[in-house]
Amino acid sequence: MTYTPIIDHDLLREEIKKNNVRIIDVRREQDYQQSHITNAVNLPLAELLNNDSPENIAKIAGDLGISDDTPVVVYDDTFGALSSRIVWALQYIGHADVKLLSVTFSQWKELGLDITTKVPEFEQSTHSINIQSDIMATVDYLEKVKDDKNVVIIDNRERLNFLEQHIPGAINIPYRTLATDGKIIRTKESMRNLLKNRGISEDAEIITYCGSVGTLSGLAYYALKSIGVPNVKLYVHSFKEWKNLEKPIDKQENASYWDLSAE
Amino acid sequence: MAQQLRPSKLGSKKPKIDWSRREEAENFAKTVKLYRQGKVNHDTFRRFRLQHGAYGTRMTDDYAMVRIKVPAGQVYPNQLEKIAQLSEMYSIGSAHFSTRENVQLHWVVLEDVSEIMHALADVGLTSREACGNTVRNVMCSPLSGVCDKEAFDATPYALAVAKFLLRNPLNQALPRKFKFNFTCCEKHGMIRIVDVGLLPQIQDVDGEKQKGFKIFLGGGLGNKSFVGHQLEEFTPLEDLLYTSIAVLRIFDRMGDRKNLARNRMRYLVNDMGWKKFQNLVLKERALVKATQSVIVKLKIDDVESEIKRSISVNNESPSIPDGFARWKQTSVVQQKQKGYNSVFIGLESGDITANQLRVVADLIRKFSGDGVARNGFTQNIVLRYIHDDDLANMYSKLIESGLAKSGSLTMASAVGCSGTTSCNLALTNSHRLAKEVQRKFLELNLDEDDDLRDSSIKISGCPNSCGQHQIATIGFYGGGGRLGKDMYPNYTMSLGGRFDKDAMLGHHTARVPVKRVIPVILKIIELFKQYKQPDDTLDKWMYRIVHGNESSEIKSVEDIKKIINPLLISPTKNDDSDFYMDYGSDTSYHTITGKGECAA
Repeated sequence: MTYTPIIDHDLLREEIKKNNVRIIDVRREQDYQQSHITNAVNLPLAELLNNDSPENIAKIAGDLGISDDTPVVVYDDTFGALSSRIVWALQYIGHADVKLLSVTFSQWKELGLDITTKVPEFEQSTHSINIQSDIMATVDYLEKVKDDKNVVIIDNRERLNFLEQHIPGAINIPYRTLATDGKIIRTKESMRNLLKNRGISEDAEIITYCGSVGTLSGLAYYALKSIGVPNVKLYVHSFKEWKNLEKPIDKQENASYWDLSAE
Repeated sequence: MAQQLRPSKLGSKKPKIDWSRREEAENFAKTVKLYRQGKVNHDTFRRFRLQHGAYGTRMTDDYAMVRIKVPAGQVYPNQLEKIAQLSEMYSIGSAHFSTRENVQLHWVVLEDVSEIMHALADVGLTSREACGNTVRNVMCSPLSGVCDKEAFDATPYALAVAKFLLRNPLNQALPRKFKFNFTCCEKHGMIRIVDVGLLPQIQDVDGEKQKGFKIFLGGGLGNKSFVGHQLEEFTPLEDLLYTSIAVLRIFDRMGDRKNLARNRMRYLVNDMGWKKFQNLVLKERALVKATQSVIVKLKIDDVESEIKRSISVNNESPSIPDGFARWKQTSVVQQKQKGYNSVFIGLESGDITANQLRVVADLIRKFSGDGVARNGFTQNIVLRYIHDDDLANMYSKLIESGLAKSGSLTMASAVGCSGTTSCNLALTNSHRLAKEVQRKFLELNLDEDDDLRDSSIKISGCPNSCGQHQIATIGFYGGGGRLGKDMYPNYTMSLGGRFDKDAMLGHHTARVPVKRVIPVILKIIELFKQYKQPDDTLDKWMYRIVHGNESSEIKSVEDIKKIINPLLISPTKNDDSDFYMDYGSDTSYHTITGKGECAA
């Protein structure tokens, strides 16, 4: 079976019953304490972002009782961007079986599914490190390939941010475009259609980036993976790093589009 | 941020009419592809794009503006929520309410337009024939059905005409765009500044009361503007459709297809002379009536919708919020239905964020007795059938979401077209200027001044008239001025325009540099205060001045000009560099325009 990075909520319920899965809740600790999906453990994104070296990711995984072959499912309560960043980090150190939950915590609750305040007990574990460098784009790599015709760079920030400044040659697919009613990622058919309309080949090498830490673009990474695009990379340090390093920047000229926004 | 993903709500009113056709979205996507591959040429594609409601964007072929039609201005909560979602997915996270009851999404990637069309079809909306040489959105006064001065509610007729003409072969390739406006009464509609303007009338015919319209033809605003002529004393209902068809046929046959600058129907009427045109319409109507092979009738749905005060409303905030009296005085109209009100939600230059759109949808469900809103004529949204006892509660909700600006029904709510924020033709940022004017008026509490209430300020970014400056008490259109080699944004000011029964176009009075527009407006108000009669309004005072009937020291627009002249002098760039920058820009001004598309 081909890898699919999203798990449907019904399927997750079965896995929970079988006690077969480690669920990670990527919300703030106080939200987690109020209620969470049965068996979920808490990992606020900040804990990962404080130090996202492979060693630290592996340590965090071990502390959460995740060993190399523990099936993992991650959810958040924004729109899947925070959990995408966690899923990607685990995959980056070589964890194979890790997925995004197809809905947010609020949607899970609206569906009337089980929640609890109980914090599960588990034993700590250890996780190895087997870097998957082909899913990450560094600034050096991006600079090297950005003019390559077979490379597509996708900016997942909002339209106004993109118009104001972006990496030259990037195209803009705002992260809001990726969701659909009631799910964090659109259907496969409509995702394929979006790419088709935009003239993006599924065989291209696609690099996604966003504002600073690779969350919005992490969601785009998995939206692309959900339809099986083989070669996707996350520029994890994104536009913030690009700008700090004073790399070239493009903007939409001759229009005061910003005044159109109802700030 | 999470709320975009909530499932759509049940139990609210759904649109009665489906304006969409899903296959048009597919077709649009295909045609964009062929265009990008060079298999459809630019002109053909542009006509196609405009026919489907996608307008070009300033200095780029990559983006479009999608103009969503809202026939008769009737918009449902689920439609507003869909527009909110689409603005976040494909546009800039906000939408723009136009002066013709459309809702626009700007800076949309051309390749994404078809996705928007698909999604609009989910809620029965379309952008079809919102641009191009077609019959544009059929407008109706936002107070139709609730206005105490109306003969009857024109809404069902506006909807029926819109439905009859949408996608009708009769108007797919007119010489130029064509506009219908229905109103409730003289005061609230704009019937004399469009191709066809309709005012409901009831007339005694052989002792029986008969419904019909006063129809005005050949009006319109633009580089050269005209006031419409009344076709006949009374046009009975059964002639509404025949008259519309007759006028469209004449325009289609005789309108100027060569000279793009003067091919609106008003030029045809003007060149031919009204008498001749009037005769032609009456003859053509007789012909249309006599030669219809089947009797064509408008489908009128005039079943009155049930008005229910929402039972979910409770008195969450028994205390009256600050500013309530001012807001109520300047933004609320009492309806003819006792105990109910229409609330005008003012938007700065028509802009509203996605989250605010969702709030408006919620408010319609919570507070509006008829469960549907109307787009207004001045870039605003009107919620109707709001019960007296719910006004304070609704006001607090509006405050929470930044929608409680007072002065929606006053001179303070200046109109500004999109200007250089996205339009190819614009010379100045009229959009931002209108916001600046509004902010200054509210800061000075001028919205509370009853002497100014019926006056208006309208601003266009170029000599065309999306901002409808010609019918404003004080109107402006943008251009460039120059001192030596340095350019600055410069507005032409017109005074005394109006669209009621005394409709006339404003007198061009002076050229006002952008950074002097607000001081000049305030100076004019100061003069008015100084010379006004007791019980005078700015509007009446200005009317006397432009007609030469004023007896005080200020007898003409020339006298006003003399007094404001010192404000119009340009400083050098060294003395005042800000003078040379447009609002919303931190660099020196220069004019850049692309090709206009109205005429395509």
